[in-house]
Parts: sequence; C-alpha cells; structure tokens
Amino acid sequence: MTDVAPREAAKVKLGLLDLTPRQIVLMRRIPVVIVTGLVAFALAWVLFLADRSWTAHTSAGSAIAEPGEFIVTLLDGITFAGLLFVVASGFTLIFGLMRTVNMAHGAFFLFAAYIAIDMQQKFVGKTRNIQNEDVTMLKWFGPLLIGAAFAALLGVVMQQLFLRWNQGQDLRQAIITVAVTVILADQLLFQYGGLARRVVWPGDAVHFFEIFGQRYASSRLFMLGISIVVGICLWVWLNRTRMGMVIRAGVDDQEMVRALGINVAVVFGITFFVGSFLAGMGGVMGASFSGVALGTDGQWLLNSLIVVIIGGLGSIKGAVAGSLLFGLVSAFAPAYLPADYTFYSIIFTLVVLAIVLAVRPNGLYGRNE
Amino acid sequence: MKSPDLRTAAVAVSCVLLVLLPLVGSDFFIDFVMTRTLMLGLAASTIVFLSAYGGMDSLAQWMMFGIAGFAVGNLVADSGRGLKLDWNPWTAVPVALIVVTIAALTLGALAARSTGIYFLMLTLTYAVIGFYFFGQVTTFSGFGGVTGIDAPDFFLGHPKRLYYAALVLSVGAYVGFRAIARTPFGMALQGVRDDPVRMASLGFNVSLHRTLAFTLAGFVAGIAGVLNIWWNGQIDPTSIGISPTLDLFIIAVIGGIIHLEGAWLGAFVFVGANIYLRDIPLLGDIGGVIGERILAEERFNTVIGIVLLTIMLVSPDGIAGIIARTRERLRNRSRTNSTSTVATGTNDSHN
Repeated sequence: MTDVAPREAAKVKLGLLDLTPRQIVLMRRIPVVIVTGLVAFALAWVLFLADRSWTAHTSAGSAIAEPGEFIVTLLDGITFAGLLFVVASGFTLIFGLMRTVNMAHGAFFLFAAYIAIDMQQKFVGKTRNIQNEDVTMLKWFGPLLIGAAFAALLGVVMQQLFLRWNQGQDLRQAIITVAVTVILADQLLFQYGGLARRVVWPGDAVHFFEIFGQRYASSRLFMLGISIVVGICLWVWLNRTRMGMVIRAGVDDQEMVRALGINVAVVFGITFFVGSFLAGMGGVMGASFSGVALGTDGQWLLNSLIVVIIGGLGSIKGAVAGSLLFGLVSAFAPAYLPADYTFYSIIFTLVVLAIVLAVRPNGLYGRNE
Repeated sequence: MKSPDLRTAAVAVSCVLLVLLPLVGSDFFIDFVMTRTLMLGLAASTIVFLSAYGGMDSLAQWMMFGIAGFAVGNLVADSGRGLKLDWNPWTAVPVALIVVTIAALTLGALAARSTGIYFLMLTLTYAVIGFYFFGQVTTFSGFGGVTGIDAPDFFLGHPKRLYYAALVLSVGAYVGFRAIARTPFGMALQGVRDDPVRMASLGFNVSLHRTLAFTLAGFVAGIAGVLNIWWNGQIDPTSIGISPTLDLFIIAVIGGIIHLEGAWLGAFVFVGANIYLRDIPLLGDIGGVIGERILAEERFNTVIGIVLLTIMLVSPDGIAGIIARTRERLRNRSRTNSTSTVATGTNDSHN
C-alpha cells in the first residue's frame, strides 16, 4: 500500500486526464509548437508560395515573384498600423494609469472627426467638393488640432463629472462610458446624419509615386509620419519629463505616488486629456484616410480593443507591437488568401487574437495582475 | 432570512400574472411587448448568470443569440442568401443549438484565462468579429441578411403560443440557473468568482469551470435566439452588431446585474421604453419643446443612455437593487421606529 501512494501522488489531475508532471510540461509546449508551425507556414506562403501556377490564386503575388505587390501590401499594413497606434495608445494610456476602460474612445474618435470636417469646410469656405488643391497644410492641421482638442475636452469633462469619484470600480466605470457612447453616438447621428463624410488631405501630401512598378499614394506615408511623430512625442513625454515619470510611477504603484504628496487627481485629468486627444487625432486622420460614417465609432473601439488585447493593456510598447501585428495581418490576409476566400480575412484577426491569448493571456507586453 | 422567501414569492406571483396576461392583454401588447420582453430577458439572464455566479461580464451573449438565429436561418430558409437548406423548422433547432454550444465552448475556452475587465473587452471583440463574420462571409449571410425563415406551423399565426413558449423557457431558465447555483458545480463556480487562486490551489480546475459556465450561458442564449428567429422571421448582421450587443448588456445592467430576475425586469423597461416613449406625457413633450427634438422618440438611444447613466451613478445594481434596498430601508425604518418608541418610553419612566 505504501509503495503505491507516492506514485499516485506524482500524478496530477488535469480535468479528465491523469498526467505526470513531465507530461504536463510537454502539454504546455503544444501551443507554442502549433503557433510556430502556423507562423512559419504563413511566412513561407507569403514569401514564396502564393499565386504561383501550381498554388491557389491570390490577389497579390508572393514576395519572390511580385516584389512590388508585396511591398505595397507591407506599406499598407505599416501605414494602417500607424493610425491604429495613434488611437490605441490613447486607450492604453488611460487604462494603464487609471484602470478605466474607456468604451467612449470610439465615440470621441467620431466626434473629433465630425468637428474637423466642419472646421475644414469653414476654413476652405465651401461645404462640398473640396479638392486636395484647396487644402493647405494649415487647413488640415488646424481642423486636426481643433477636433482633437474638442475630443480631449469632452474626455476631461466626462472623467471629472462621472469617473472621478468611483475610481477603482472598473466595471461601473466601463458601463458609464458605454452610456456616454450611446448618448454621444445618437446625438452625432442626429446632428450629422448617417452618410459617410471625410476630411480632405492637404494637397501637398497627396502625390503618387512609383515603387517596384506599383503606384502608391504618399498620403498614407504622410499619415505614417504623423504617427511616428506622435509616438516619439509620447515616448519623450513619458520617459524624459517629470510628468511622464509621475505617470509611469502611478501605473506601478498609485498609492505610493499619492503618499509622496503628488496630486494624483490632476495627473488623472491630464492623462485623460491626452488619451482623448489621441483618440481625436486618430479620428481626424482616420476621417482623411477612409472617411467616417455611422458605425465608425464601434469599428474603431474594436480596433483599439484588438490592439491593446494583443499588445497588453496599459503598455505603450504593447500598443506599438499590437498595432503592427494587427495592421500587417489585416493588410496581408485579404491580399494573400486564395481569391475565392478573401472574405474570410476577418477570421484572421480572431486567429491572431486566439494565438496571442493562448500563449500570453495578458497580451504580448501585459503584466500579470 | 425572510427576504429570499419574499423574493421567491414575488417572482412566483409575477409568473402567475404572466400566465394570465393573454386573457386581458391586447394581441399587440402580448406579441410586441411581452414576447420580446421574455426573449430579451432570457438572453439577458445569461449575462446575469455569468456575472452573478461566475464573475464574468460577457458581451458575447448577443452574438450567441445571433449565431443560433443565423444557424436556423441557413438551415430553414429556402431562398435568398445563405445555405438555403430548406429543412423542417423543428429539426433545425437541435442542430442550431449544437452549433451555438460548440461556438460557446471554443470561445469560452479561449477567454477562460482572462478575468474582469479583460474578459469584458475580449467578449466585446468576439461580438464585433461575429458581426463582421456574418457580414463578410457570404456563404452564411452577407450584410443583406437571411430572410423568409419560417417558424414551425404550430407557431405560425399564433402569437400567444409563442408567448407561452417564451414564458415556459424563461421560467425554466430562471429556475434552472438558480438550481445550478446550488449544485457542486455552481458552488465551485461561485468559489471561482470569489477567489480563483484559492480555488486553484484547492485543486479545482478554474478555467474549466469558467468555460463550462460560458458554454451553458451560450446554449441558453441560443435558445433565446431560436425563439427570436421564429418571432422575427429574418436576421441580418446589423441586428447582431455592436449597438444591439450593448443594448442587451444595458438591459442586464438596468435590471441589476447581480439579480437574475432583473434581466426580465430590465428587458420590460427597455422594450416598454422603446415602444411607449412617445406616449409618456413629459418626455413626449420635451421633444416638442426643444425645437430640434433632441429627446424625441427617434432619439430613443439618447434616452436609454441617460437612463443607464443615471442608474450607474445612483445604483450600480440596477432596478432590482433599488427594490431590494427600498425594502431593506422600509424594514429598518419600522424597526428603528419601534426601538425609538421603546427608548423614549424608558426615558419617560426615568423622568
């Protein structure tokens, strides 16, 4: 009897199976092996296999055969990732410091976009058929800053009125922001109607150039440039200023920061301002890039969520990684899926999400709580 | 100790009233208000179940509702978009429920390691991906949606039968959820809600419990989805998009997310507000008073948003919470009144 007992103890009950610790360690590796295999296949497909005479037909050719189409897809992915980063960094900044999931982030995006559209029409002096040539840099950056500032103010007002005094009740705060979203989206629909509208790129930013025999619009690179500038400013602000230091300390240990005599309420307000400002900036850029309409707010809330779930909530580094991964996948999936199945590309977003969560439940740069 | 009895009694009385309702209510009221209330309540009760017993705030329940609807639609419809398999409506039901259960099992297993606000966001992501899936994958629907889905002959042209079906299923789900809470599985689930780490070190498989709870909730939401498709006869991706998803969550929250019966209460308020808002004297007038009709009936979302905001600011556990607290306060007041009279009585005797 006593001989049997230790061997029994060595087995660990795991659901329906009895496993030894060694088997469990091996089982833990299964997801990693599967993921590595999938990624390797995807790379091989995109680089060598796609759209050859002996493989399935895809809308873009493999990197070896059609470097131009590959580069264009890559640029599409990276420039879209830039826009994703601007929006999602605001979301993650707010969450990182305050643990507030701002469901109104998408609504702020839309709000800023509509303000900017109105402003641009005022600046240019006509309400329809605005051409790129009519728009100088000032007539694009002006609306951008005004729209983003309005979104930022709205964010601060929401935070001060509704969120300041129930700090720490994360579900309640999330539902309050849902309520704000519902109201704001409905009033925006009422004010601006359901038709798609857009901000017009400045004429100086819109040129076409040739890259490996493919035409490419410089406005996307212009957008990427702005995103990079935003990223650098954010990095400098968080890592090289006193304010940023306080915010990073607040992410780690809010009680200690408070105990050191720093006015956390002011820091919260400023963070909410910046986070909503970024949502608004993203909104104006997105409105120039692909236009906004009814429902765009939900779409961009989703985009921010996917980016921060992949990258890890509260981490700017994670926002960069998440935007790049999501941006690249959403550019490559439709281009490199077999032509009859391109509509399945939405599933790839889910697959990426599943893979990341299977390996790292808190996202790539998320921390265990 | 008396309050659970009172609560059960209140639920039982409302059940009896609901059974008798078709005798007095108009057909419109039964079909468009009460049947919808019961269906939405049934779906919302799965959110409450997950939240109250599992500590999981799920936004994916409306998608489960929609998956069941699309499954039935693809199997039953014989023209238009989708697979058009032209099955008998009854045989489509078990298949649709199996589909939705498998979907819930898979998505639940994926989300089981996330908790709290992460779970909320992940399930929201599921919901929106579900919307785009049915929108873009034209094999199953496309943005136009599936139309011409027949209910079984038993229900065709008999709104009261469908009402009773919804009522029976709602009562079944309510009793079932409360019974499950008392089984060993339900107890363990509540343990997982309160302290996952401790439960894990006691040898419970935390993510398995979460996954199974999510699967069960998905199954029940699927039942509600089947009912809805019989009621509605059509489904399109917009009807499972982000705003109806939030609406269902709002229903659960308005009712009170920790009280199971709150789901139906919230659904009643929501549906009632949706239909009768223009008839409410004060609100209807505001639409006319403010020249541009900021609060008119077509601005229903604004009203429901303001209601939600108010409830969240005043009473985070919703209408059911307000009722529970009012009862508590009344009881306390009567008790303090009696003690204070006793106290003054003794004082008097001293003087």
